[in-house]
Amino acid sequence: MNMIQDYFAYPDARGRFGDYGGSYVAETLVAPLAELNTAYQALRTDPAFIAEFERDLKYYVGRPSPIYHAQHLSQRVGGAQILLKREDLNHTGAHKINNTIGQALVARHRGKRRIIAETGAGQHGVATATVCARFGLDCIVYMGAIDIERQKINVYRMKLLGADVVSVTSGSKTLKDALNEAMRDWVTNVADTFYIIGTVAGPHPYPQMVRDFNAVVGREAHAQMLEQYGRLPDVITACVGGGSNAIGLFHAFLNDRDVAIVGVEAAGDGIATGHHAASLVAGRPGVLHGNRTYVLCDDDGQITETHSVSAGLDYPGVGPEHAFLKDSGRATYVGITDEEALAAFHELARTEGILAALESSHAVAQAMKLARELPKDKLVLCNLSGRGDKDVHTIAARERIVL
Amino acid sequence: MNRIDRRFAHLKANHRSGLIPFITAGDPSPDGTVALMHALVAAGADLIELGVPFSDPMADGPVIQHASERALGKGVDLAHIFGWVREFRRRDNDTPIVLMGYMNPVEIRGAAHFAREATAAGVDGVLLVDCPIEEYASAAPLRDAGLRQILLAAPTTTPARLARICSAAQGFLYYVSFAGITGADRLDTNSVRDRVATIRAQTQMPVAVGFGVRDAQSATAIAGFADAVIIGSALVDRLAGAGSTEEACARAHAFLTPIRVALDGTSP
Repeated sequence: MNMIQDYFAYPDARGRFGDYGGSYVAETLVAPLAELNTAYQALRTDPAFIAEFERDLKYYVGRPSPIYHAQHLSQRVGGAQILLKREDLNHTGAHKINNTIGQALVARHRGKRRIIAETGAGQHGVATATVCARFGLDCIVYMGAIDIERQKINVYRMKLLGADVVSVTSGSKTLKDALNEAMRDWVTNVADTFYIIGTVAGPHPYPQMVRDFNAVVGREAHAQMLEQYGRLPDVITACVGGGSNAIGLFHAFLNDRDVAIVGVEAAGDGIATGHHAASLVAGRPGVLHGNRTYVLCDDDGQITETHSVSAGLDYPGVGPEHAFLKDSGRATYVGITDEEALAAFHELARTEGILAALESSHAVAQAMKLARELPKDKLVLCNLSGRGDKDVHTIAARERIVL
Repeated sequence: MNRIDRRFAHLKANHRSGLIPFITAGDPSPDGTVALMHALVAAGADLIELGVPFSDPMADGPVIQHASERALGKGVDLAHIFGWVREFRRRDNDTPIVLMGYMNPVEIRGAAHFAREATAAGVDGVLLVDCPIEEYASAAPLRDAGLRQILLAAPTTTPARLARICSAAQGFLYYVSFAGITGADRLDTNSVRDRVATIRAQTQMPVAVGFGVRDAQSATAIAGFADAVIIGSALVDRLAGAGSTEEACARAHAFLTPIRVALDGTSP
């Protein structure tokens, strides 16, 4: 099944990860994307650009983030050792800042001063507004009207940082519609505008670019594992909505065939109920938002509405590289339900004193499942992609607690 | 000979400008779609662009987005659309029909399967908004089945790509008049004229211009140098909210007739 020689060779020159990826966009966007691609392919190997990026990651974001041995959680689970890659300790509280710093630097190199972005839970919006404030760029964030209602604090946070938050009232009024609207803005204002996409989806070169900027997570983890434990982990796991934190962790390990890779999608109320956001587990290959990937849709190709307690995983597509890793067999993708994620959230909070984001809690739940089945000397590395402060209202409401 | 090719040959022989209205299949009412298509022809349409509603129409402005949402809300699907085309063909075997939409419904159906159903129903061409020439291979089964794949060119299209698009074009070439979404008001006739001249220097293929054409005045300005004008959002907007099929047909007639008259009055 696993015939791929070198996973670092993807995407190819056409932006393909095997059968997935590509650039399915309106004609108007083809040339601007090609220009962006040419510019980015030069920048990604340019030592000055890399140095600039790494300097910001160190002094602004606070990298490297540590790997923390969750001893008490591991004891409680009673199996393998659970290790957490602490992306929650980054500036703005999640991995998202790695990508927005990188893309803002690209925008600056391209001379674009107007930045647009889409956001679901608001994390990518906040991370984009943050870097725009720092680099003095205009920032417009598209956000579904329903998400604006659900994520008031992040909306206010973006405004404090100087961004314009535009409410999107078309379609399901959530992340996918915000992405559509950002695309419409871009096609209209393409001459002076840079679109900072928040996940490893979209047309080429976005899946590659967003992966490259988040791949620092896996590169650090790879080195930290060797330094702290003298070996690589047995399993690595991360949650997958669009899949940026997951590809960020996975990428450096793709050619280490002894490391098992498990991506965790939102199974919502359960896959069988249909109320979920598990594109890889329960979807099929199609075309959405500029790339060929697994999507959740009906037999007529209409994208279906998704459900997850975690807004950041509530997306009907997934990055094309994940589709490729699934089909090649290099990674396995599973679902974790809302209930399982919430239970993991509480377990981690009480055993380790860490409030994980609901997105990341899906990965923690899977890490606990994996650890339970493995002997004590095995190592499970879980990407704790974000902190949970933003979710306390959601959790309280769900548990009928009035704050 | 494909109906699209025949129609453009006929227009050319008669020195007429082509009028291509766009409607969203199933809007304003699913039951009235076939009658509305006949009404478009009666008002002077030379070719009909039938929009296949999609849940995530990234290239469309609010007017067509909302038309898609209304149609999908009423349960419109591909089986309905192919059925309407089949029914339309019982009374009209000449007017070409181009389905305009997005890739995912084709991908999910399977391009070969989609092509079989479309040709059997009497569809002549397909325009996939999010399938530029770089992804042309994905749609090969459509062309293999005899459907014309209508390609687009835009103000941002580079000369090298334009040459590629011109040499691959089938049926007609759709020139997008400005960088933007459907229905926006940014038409600049002079710049479109220059671009169309560039296209003409590279291909014999008929050129139709769309995006931003909304009335007799803008249509005649475009028809001075293009083979056909495409009118979408302005028509869809006019049809929205029509209380009955008769009213929708009457509105279509009232909207298109002055444009048809103006085009015929200014044709070279």
